[in-house]
Amino acid sequence: MERKRGSVSSETEEYPVIWLQCATCTGCSVSVLNSVSPSIKNVLIDEVIPGKHVDLRFHATIMAGTGDLVIERMEETAHKKGGYILVVEGAIPRDGAYGSIGERNGEAVSMASRVESLGKDALAVIALGTCAAFGGIAAAEPNPSGCGGVAELFSSHNIRTPLINIPGCPPHPDWFVGTVASILLKGLPSPEELDEYKRPKAFFGKLINENCPRRAYFDEGKFARKFGEPGCLNELGCKGPVTYADCPLRLWNNGVNWCIGAGSPCIGCVEPGFPDLVSPFYRKLVEIALPTKKEV
Amino acid sequence: MVKEARSWGTLFRGIELILRGRDPRDAQRITQRICGVCPTSHSMASTLCLDSAFGIADKITDNGRLMRNLILGAAHIADHILHFYHLATLDYVDVTKVAQYEGPSTALNSVKEFIQRGELGPFMPRYEGDYRLSDEANQQAVAHYLEALNMRRKAQEMLSIFGGKMPHNCGIMPGGVTEVPMVDKITSFLWRLNELRDFIDNVYIPDVLAVAEAYSDYFEIGAGCRNLLSYGSYDLDGKEADLTKRQRLFRQGTVSADLKLAELDITEITEDVKHSWYADSTSGRRPTEGETKPEAGKDGAYSWIKSPRYKGQVYEVGPLARVMTTYASGNPTVRELVDSTLSRFKAGPEAMFSVLGRHAARALGIKFIADSMPGWLLQLKVGEPAYIDYELPDESTGMGLVDAARGALGHWIEIKEGKIANYQCVVPTTWNASPKDDREQPGPIEQAIMGTRIRDEGNPFEIVRIVRSFDPCLACAVHLVTPKGRSLGEFRVA
Repeated sequence: MERKRGSVSSETEEYPVIWLQCATCTGCSVSVLNSVSPSIKNVLIDEVIPGKHVDLRFHATIMAGTGDLVIERMEETAHKKGGYILVVEGAIPRDGAYGSIGERNGEAVSMASRVESLGKDALAVIALGTCAAFGGIAAAEPNPSGCGGVAELFSSHNIRTPLINIPGCPPHPDWFVGTVASILLKGLPSPEELDEYKRPKAFFGKLINENCPRRAYFDEGKFARKFGEPGCLNELGCKGPVTYADCPLRLWNNGVNWCIGAGSPCIGCVEPGFPDLVSPFYRKLVEIALPTKKEV
Repeated sequence: MVKEARSWGTLFRGIELILRGRDPRDAQRITQRICGVCPTSHSMASTLCLDSAFGIADKITDNGRLMRNLILGAAHIADHILHFYHLATLDYVDVTKVAQYEGPSTALNSVKEFIQRGELGPFMPRYEGDYRLSDEANQQAVAHYLEALNMRRKAQEMLSIFGGKMPHNCGIMPGGVTEVPMVDKITSFLWRLNELRDFIDNVYIPDVLAVAEAYSDYFEIGAGCRNLLSYGSYDLDGKEADLTKRQRLFRQGTVSADLKLAELDITEITEDVKHSWYADSTSGRRPTEGETKPEAGKDGAYSWIKSPRYKGQVYEVGPLARVMTTYASGNPTVRELVDSTLSRFKAGPEAMFSVLGRHAARALGIKFIADSMPGWLLQLKVGEPAYIDYELPDESTGMGLVDAARGALGHWIEIKEGKIANYQCVVPTTWNASPKDDREQPGPIEQAIMGTRIRDEGNPFEIVRIVRSFDPCLACAVHLVTPKGRSLGEFRVA
């Protein structure tokens, strides 16, 4: 990473980040803005880890600039092999007609070609959100725009850049900020720190069901029959028994609430099968066999 | 001068096609994923649509109706703060002036250090040459930019008290809301709301006025089509099944340059696709019979956005539209808010049709909502259910209308054999960023740009300021052409 003179510490290490928004609703970005400690200001402006600064060089929604100006900035950042982290938000349509980012020589550049060229030379790629990780909503049946996740694209182009998946629809801000902080502190995660879907086990290691505050109802067979009632939400369609995330312990929005806390069933939004294999959302879970994805 | 402007959406996911064949109740979860900035409005439109399809539109409890209003209000507060400070302010405020800051503010000193380190993403690169605020005003605006980051986060926290989480709430659903209002939640909501109202009154609105004073020529830039349409928003009664007759805080209807309120006839809304990448055979249809048939690369088309029109005419939607329909209806609170603001600039209501008019309407409109919320909160019946059960129909149709933060949002559903047979969404940015229609009339953003004089082609501030005043909610690009046919290039503004 580049070293720059800073005014506080003698040297600040800059970590350039390119954040590509592909077939996304921008919900992942909005969720990351909700980070509490560190706040999003701490992440982008301060040295989020002493002596280390995240330099967000390209993000279509929040950056000030527009047009060619910012596309040039992005391409210039990518010239340095291994010198930047790529964050991908949103699924990637195989066909450029369904999604492009900027132009080169008057021709629209497809999202797939951007992710491929930027992904190839990145230090690491973070696939943020279920769409970027596994295809998600954009790739739901009948997948009208032929969308897939980053892993799928990398495997078809034989790209071996280290990849970390942080799924969730949206992902919890702590999952993203925690992963970035971990990279800044001690480098890329080792293989045993990730699960078979390349998710950090620190956040995705336990079933919702294992830590659910309504678990006692489940064990006693006390089930809510309609929304707003106390009891386990199993009969109302809860996917907590097949979903790996730490929501019940971490809670959402500064610990204010979370889905099951609000009396609403888990919809399994961090899973590779979301949404097709975990829907109908409000129907009782029968037997769900989640697909085993090939390692890439 | 801009002779021609073409605005286009650069992304197609086909959510309407994805919805087909699914359990109708899943629509309100999946449609939220159309836009992660305004998912709450989609959950409202979809839920109202499903309530009507399930025959329970007039049976929702007051608790359910009020909590939905409160969840939506929280979303709109977060959204408008985000838009003004984090998506629009940097076109008017010069962050680099913080380098000259000499004072005690920890926040500003940390920005000063950031500037001294020299890596200024995401604030740079940007256009140069038209930042007009004093150094001190710039520094204060940057401090408010940072404070606003916390405020919009707190508004989302407030939302999740009843909505479960944000983005993509899980509380709103057909039948009501899954949460039960308890005293601790009501109090927690109230005091977050008080803090946000204080910010709106004492920071947000004064900042909009300060920008308006320094950039007052923008009351005359970006007028657009001067036709405004709103579905109204925030139900004040729940006993009327017909959404077009329901009493709402913001008034449903249309307003044009004459500022006369006209009733809305929903059957007059159609969507053209001549210049969109969809099959021509589907053009000119009402949403109830609408079809989404993508045709990438179609001749003469230049956008993934369709062209909604009302009575065949071009209409703008958004905060300006709902504030002006309510203004035209004679609502005394809104009249006072708008008139007292305009009088500071010695301007009449016609000045609202402008870049600054849109920013002012957004700020004043959110004050009107936020000031109404404590009353709704106190009407909640503590501990009583906010949800009613219902039977899923095998065959039915439904319509849900609401004003999202960015404007009129409509959902239409057709259910067959208990599953979604067809689902159509006409979203605010489809109205505002629409391409030309079948009669070659340019869309609202295109019209607002056309004829604009650009002072410096290398730094076309006018264009980004006009487009961002509409607050487009998706990857939206604009292509500009001068009267001599020379291209001024592409601008991705979203």
